[in-house]
Amino acid sequence: MGGSPILRMISQRIALGGGLLLAVSALIFAGTQILPGDVAQSILGQSATPESLANLREELGLNQPAIVRYFVWLGGVMTGDLGTALTTRQDIATTLLPRLWNTLFLAFWAAIVSVPLAILLGLLAVRYRNGPIDKAISGFALASTSLPEFFIGYLLIFFFAVKMQWFPSISTVYDGMPFLEKLRAIVLPATVLVLVVLAHMMRMTRAAILNVMQSAYIETAELKGLGALDIIRKHAFPNAIAPIVNVVMLNLAFLVVGVVVVEVIFVYPGMGQYLVDHVAKRDVPVVQAVGLIFAAVYISLNIIADIAAILANPRLRHPK
Amino acid sequence: MSKELEFLSRHVALGKLSRRDFLGRAAALGVAAPFANSLLSSVAFGQEPVKGGTLKAGLQGGEATNSLDPASFLSQVPFSFGKCWGDYLVRLNRDGSLQNRLAEEIGASDDAMTWTMKIKQGVEFHNGKTVTAEDVAATIERHADENSKSGALGILKNITGVKASGNEVIVTLASADADFPYLMADYHLIIQPNGGKDNPTEGISAGPYKVTINEPGVRQGGEKFANYWGGDDMGHADQIEIIVINDATARTSALQGGQVQMINRVEPKIVELIKRVPGVTIQNVSGRGHYVFIMHCNTAPFDNNDLRLALKYAMNREEMLDKILFGYGSVGNDFPINAAYPLFTELEQRTYDPDKAKFHFKKSGHDGPVLLRTSDVAFTGAVDAAQLYQQSCAAAGITIEVKREPGDGYWSEVWNKQPFSTSYWGGRSTQDQMYTTAYYSKADWNDTRFFNEKFDQMLLAARSELDEAKRKQMYADMGMLVRDEGGLILPMFNDFIDASGAKAGGFNPHPAGEMMDGYALAECWLSA
Repeated sequence: MGGSPILRMISQRIALGGGLLLAVSALIFAGTQILPGDVAQSILGQSATPESLANLREELGLNQPAIVRYFVWLGGVMTGDLGTALTTRQDIATTLLPRLWNTLFLAFWAAIVSVPLAILLGLLAVRYRNGPIDKAISGFALASTSLPEFFIGYLLIFFFAVKMQWFPSISTVYDGMPFLEKLRAIVLPATVLVLVVLAHMMRMTRAAILNVMQSAYIETAELKGLGALDIIRKHAFPNAIAPIVNVVMLNLAFLVVGVVVVEVIFVYPGMGQYLVDHVAKRDVPVVQAVGLIFAAVYISLNIIADIAAILANPRLRHPK
Repeated sequence: MSKELEFLSRHVALGKLSRRDFLGRAAALGVAAPFANSLLSSVAFGQEPVKGGTLKAGLQGGEATNSLDPASFLSQVPFSFGKCWGDYLVRLNRDGSLQNRLAEEIGASDDAMTWTMKIKQGVEFHNGKTVTAEDVAATIERHADENSKSGALGILKNITGVKASGNEVIVTLASADADFPYLMADYHLIIQPNGGKDNPTEGISAGPYKVTINEPGVRQGGEKFANYWGGDDMGHADQIEIIVINDATARTSALQGGQVQMINRVEPKIVELIKRVPGVTIQNVSGRGHYVFIMHCNTAPFDNNDLRLALKYAMNREEMLDKILFGYGSVGNDFPINAAYPLFTELEQRTYDPDKAKFHFKKSGHDGPVLLRTSDVAFTGAVDAAQLYQQSCAAAGITIEVKREPGDGYWSEVWNKQPFSTSYWGGRSTQDQMYTTAYYSKADWNDTRFFNEKFDQMLLAARSELDEAKRKQMYADMGMLVRDEGGLILPMFNDFIDASGAKAGGFNPHPAGEMMDGYALAECWLSA
């Protein structure tokens, strides 16, 4: 039977995603090979001597050809073994997991605030389109997006951490920290992230719904005597879901993979800083592992967006 | 008796009596040196250490790749954290002398080839074991091993044998070294149970704090070790914590917001702004670190001493100090030693002299531009410094072509490879170590390719010379040789610039390193 066409389509997407991930893994591996210098050089730094370099290279297995190292690595990843960090000799999975968790924690709270807020603001902007409310919402959102993250971050730190001392300026969270304290610690970085992603989602929501609002059936609904908000809620929004989900997923992916700057400013122990530290030390296995996780997050969020779009659109659900 | 001591220590505070004299009189009054010392610091600074609380530092120089293995220490956070949990045989005093820690007594044979170190008895490791001579010997052995990859390997190469006997450790050297005890103050040489041979990363030693938090690159911390041997000499706070803050702005705002009580690496250009913040004190001290422009003495065109002299005279040191370090440093004199070293002799200061530069440049017969490679990783402001130098050279008719190299791979592809580049040296604890590391003809890091037979002979002779006056003269002569014939242009020594908040009591900068030579968390306290 092969299941319904929807299931087939979904499994097709997932398989495609898997293939894409494999291709990305090859790219990541190739990318890490062309970084200047090598891990032995970086571990020993300015103090490297030719003998100590040769010793360390031998020990780290850097003398094998790249292609062999790629397949050894890929085999490990397939079986859930991300390898050992070259610099600290610690298991990558165990050191990386808390960092990933922190990143997801921050992204989750930023998303919880920003997604509903963006959609709500988008709906309001449509309802009062071209009026002062629409202009105010768009103006604020665009302004906050145009400012670089570090600038917003420093502004928030200056006012809320240094001047008023409401929130801490450094967001070091750790295991066993009370939950409310954790939330308090991430208020400032989460706010920055919300401000950064808000406009994109809000503008997209507004545009998508406005697009639908031109349709004949909206006019019918208006003629039926439905209120403006009811029309948007019942008729326009469901038909605009696909593009909105797409842009929401893009922004969620950004919240996970694109927050290095915010992490550095607020000293937040997430994946970004972890990645940067290891790139600087040429700790290739860790860089590859983090790169792969980022790619997986990105690809799976996009698959979800795809699937949501298919489910929301009957035309895609029943292709001819 | 205590009245008299107090009277004397106030005299020290007023500068009427030296610390050494004070300790001498205290001993005459029957007071042990450690006690007299602590009395001195409490009276002299008008502050009594406060016990308890959590003291926090926000430090630059920590990475997710840091490990607790002392052999791997390289950056500032492991350096400072190591001084909290680790203990050493000796440590450096502010006047350049040594203070015994786990060593009770250090003595040398007449030829300075065999050193005997008596180990303090009754000291306990954090895991309850007693510190023995075997542990100390194993520690030295591990770091001196060719395969150890220890940061201290270079300075321990001279060791041929280490053995423990009773409560003594006997070290034999390949060649005489009057400075041997100074090597034991190296920050890698934390005494570990069985020298860390079993488990180098367990973070166990005999320092005032035991490791309780270890999240590399995020935060590291410890709590007071109940059985710490040193009594009240350090370890005033109940807990200490280092938060890794690599972003300079985040560091200063954390200090302003009171989340940490001290920070390191305040950028010279913002020092004046930080000074205006209420409660914050800038803690700067002139150290041994120096910014350098290095020429390979054996590579054309730098193999000509007239060209080297021309390039030295064309350096405007005052301007460099003013514009790159904003005055937070001191001018250099083209040899790598300054007053922070024991046995230092002031040499005639070389100054900016375009005419002399022109003269030597002409005499060298060199024609055309000189290529200088630089990068911001060499030192903060290195690219700006190269451009300033370009200007001051232009005034002497010398054309400098500045090539900016990528920071990635600068240490592997440019420094110690290319004939003329900018770099940085952190300094060493003695003159012998500094010269042996970078100016001895056989040194791996002879980054100026300085091959001078006379210099080598003097270096080796000074090392085995136990007469201090003679050694001092030898070091002065060696400094002169490097200054006048070497490939080193040394415009400035940089200050260590830390900052402390209102609640950090007892902060007293140390010329051997930032954060009071790493001891800031262990020696400061949280004032109410």
